[in-house]
Amino acid sequence: MEKVKQKDLILYSGLIILGLAAPYLFSAFKVQLTYLCVLIVLAMTWNLQGGEMGYNTFGNILFYGLGMYLTASVQVGMFFPLAEWTESGGEKTFVHTTAQYFQGIGVGLLVAAIIPTIIAGAIGYAILGLRGHYFAICTLGLGIAAGEIAGGIEIIGAGQGFTTPPFPAEIVDAEARGKFFYFLSFALLIGTFVFVRYIYSSRFRLILNAIRDNEDKAEAMGIQTMKYKIVGWMCSAFFCGLAGGIMGGLIGYIDSTDVAFDGREMGVFMVLMAILGGKGTLWGPVIGATLFHFFKEGLWTLILGWQYVALGVLIVVIVVYFPEGLMGWLREKYPERFGEVIDEKDRKAQVELK
Amino acid sequence: MDFLIFKAPMLMVQASLDGILLGILFALIAYGMALQWGVMNIINIAQGDLVILGGYIAYTIYLWGIHPAWGVIISPIIMFFVGWGLYKLVINKVVDRDLFISILATFGIAIVFQQLMNFIFGADVVVAQSEYGTTMLFDNSVTLPNSKIFSAFISVLYAIALVIYMRKSKLGRAIRATAQNARAAKILGVDTEKVYAATFGINAALCGIAGALISITLTLHPYVGLPYTVRSFMIVIVAGLGNLPAVAVSGMGLGLFEEFADYILGTEFRIGAVFLLLVLILVYRRFKLSRKREYLK
Repeated sequence: MEKVKQKDLILYSGLIILGLAAPYLFSAFKVQLTYLCVLIVLAMTWNLQGGEMGYNTFGNILFYGLGMYLTASVQVGMFFPLAEWTESGGEKTFVHTTAQYFQGIGVGLLVAAIIPTIIAGAIGYAILGLRGHYFAICTLGLGIAAGEIAGGIEIIGAGQGFTTPPFPAEIVDAEARGKFFYFLSFALLIGTFVFVRYIYSSRFRLILNAIRDNEDKAEAMGIQTMKYKIVGWMCSAFFCGLAGGIMGGLIGYIDSTDVAFDGREMGVFMVLMAILGGKGTLWGPVIGATLFHFFKEGLWTLILGWQYVALGVLIVVIVVYFPEGLMGWLREKYPERFGEVIDEKDRKAQVELK
Repeated sequence: MDFLIFKAPMLMVQASLDGILLGILFALIAYGMALQWGVMNIINIAQGDLVILGGYIAYTIYLWGIHPAWGVIISPIIMFFVGWGLYKLVINKVVDRDLFISILATFGIAIVFQQLMNFIFGADVVVAQSEYGTTMLFDNSVTLPNSKIFSAFISVLYAIALVIYMRKSKLGRAIRATAQNARAAKILGVDTEKVYAATFGINAALCGIAGALISITLTLHPYVGLPYTVRSFMIVIVAGLGNLPAVAVSGMGLGLFEEFADYILGTEFRIGAVFLLLVLILVYRRFKLSRKREYLK
C-alpha cells in the first residue's frame, strides 16, 4: 500500500472525527446518518463492479437482502424456534435478554458476511461469464427472483414479513439504539473505505480496469479474468451482506420485496449514486451517495406521493445527460488535479482537429 | 410442491391449453421487443409497463361503457403516439450509446410509468369483463374462457398483419434496411431518425394490443409490468432476433412452463419461477457459447 500523504491524513482524520461526533451533533438525525453510511457502502461496493470492472450489476441487492434475512434469522434462531417467532409476528412471545441480543446480532452479522460471499463465489462462475447487457438483465432477474422466492418461504415469514428482535428493553438510555446502529454502520463504512482504498492502490484494481477496457485482450495477456471477477464480486457480497444485516436491525421489519430484495429502491439507488458521483473513482460513490441522500431526504417529504416519479425522472436525466458523474465532470474540467499530465501542444492539436 | 397435476390428466390438458393461449400473447409482446432490439439496439425495460398502460386504456373505454374488445383497435393507436413521443423525448438520446445506458434509462421510464398509472388508475387489481362466456371441453372437465381464445386469435391476426406490412410497405422495407445497416440505409436516403421513431411507435402499439387483450383475459395492476418485460426478453434471447416462428414457439413454451410451474410449485412462486428461468436460460446460453469459444458483443 502506498504511503498515505500528509494532506490525506488530515482529511481522513477530520472525517473520522466528524463521523464520530455526528450522532452527538445531529442527534435527531441518527437514523438518517445510519442510512447514509449504508448507502455509501452500497455505492462503493457497486462501484467495484459497475465502475472498475465494467460489469453493471443489478444483483448486489441479492447479497444485501440475504444478509438482512440471515442476520435476523440467526439472531432469532440461536435462542428461540424460528418458525414460531415468524408465525406470531415476533409479538412479545419471546424476549431477548440484553446479552442474547448482542450475541445474536454479532453472530448474525458474521453469518451475513460469510454466506453471501460464499454464494457470490458459487454462482460467480456461471453469472460472470455473461457479458454486457446480458449480465445486467440476468442480475436484475436474480434479484427479483430472490425477492419473489423469499416471499413464498414460510419459515422466514413469507409475504407477511419478518419482525427482527426489538432492541433490549433493559437499556433505558433512549438514544442507545440509534447510537448502536450508527456506530455499527460507521464502523462498516470505515472498513469498506479502507478496503476499497487498498484495492485502489493495488494491482487488483489495474486488473479489474483491464477487464473493463477489454476483457479479451486482458485474457490474451495471460490474466485469468474469471478468477479476478469472482473475487471482486465476493468482496462486494461481503460488504453488502453486512450492510443488509445492519439495515434489517435498524428497520426492525423485513419484507421480502419492499425491504430486503428491494430492487425498486435500494437496487436502483446504489447504481444511481455511483453514477451520480462518478463511476470508477474512489470518492465518486461517496460524494454521489451523500448528495443523493440529502436530495432524497430534503425533497421526498416535499413531493410526497410523487417521489417515485421524481426518482424515475432523476434516473433518466442523470443517465442520459450526466453519465460521467460529478467526478467525471471535474476530471474533464481540472485534469491536473487528478494527476493527469496534459501536453499543451497535444491539446491544441486536438482542438484543431475538432 | 404439489403433484396433483400428474395424477389428473385433465388438469394437464387444462394447463397445456392455458399455457399455449397465454404464450401466444407473450409472443406478441416479444415480437415488439425483437423489433426494437434488432432495429435500434436498445433493450426496453419499460416494455411491460407499456403493455400495462395499453391494458389500462382498454379498461378505461370499458368503464365508459364500450365493449373492451374495441380496445384492440383503440389502444394500439393511442400507444403508437405514446411510443413516438417517448422516442422523441428520451429514447433518441440513448440509441447510439452503451446498452447499459438504455437499460437504465428505460428502467427510469418504467418507474415513472408505474407511478403515474398508480395515480391515475389506482392500486387495485382490475379486469375488464368481456362477457364472452366459457367453452367446456371433455365432459366439462376442461374450462376455457372464450376471451383467451379470442386473445390468441387477435394476436395471431395482428402478427400476420405486421409481417405482411414489414414485407410489403415502404416503411417496412426502410425499417428492415435500417436494421441491417443503419449507415448504409442513411446514405441511400432513408430517414433513420423517422424509422427509429416509427419502430418504437410500432413496438408500443404492439404492447397496446397485448395490453388490451390482457385486460380481458388476465388482470391489470400498475406494478406488474416487469414480469412482461422479462418474459419478452427471455423469448427473444431463446428465439433470436427476427425469427418470427421461433418467437411464437418459444412464447408458447414459456406459457406452458408458467402454467405447469403454477400447478407444481404453487401460485406464490410463479413470478419467481419466471425470473429464475431467465437466469437459468442466460447461464445455459453462456456455457453453450463459451464452448463454441465465441463471445457476445
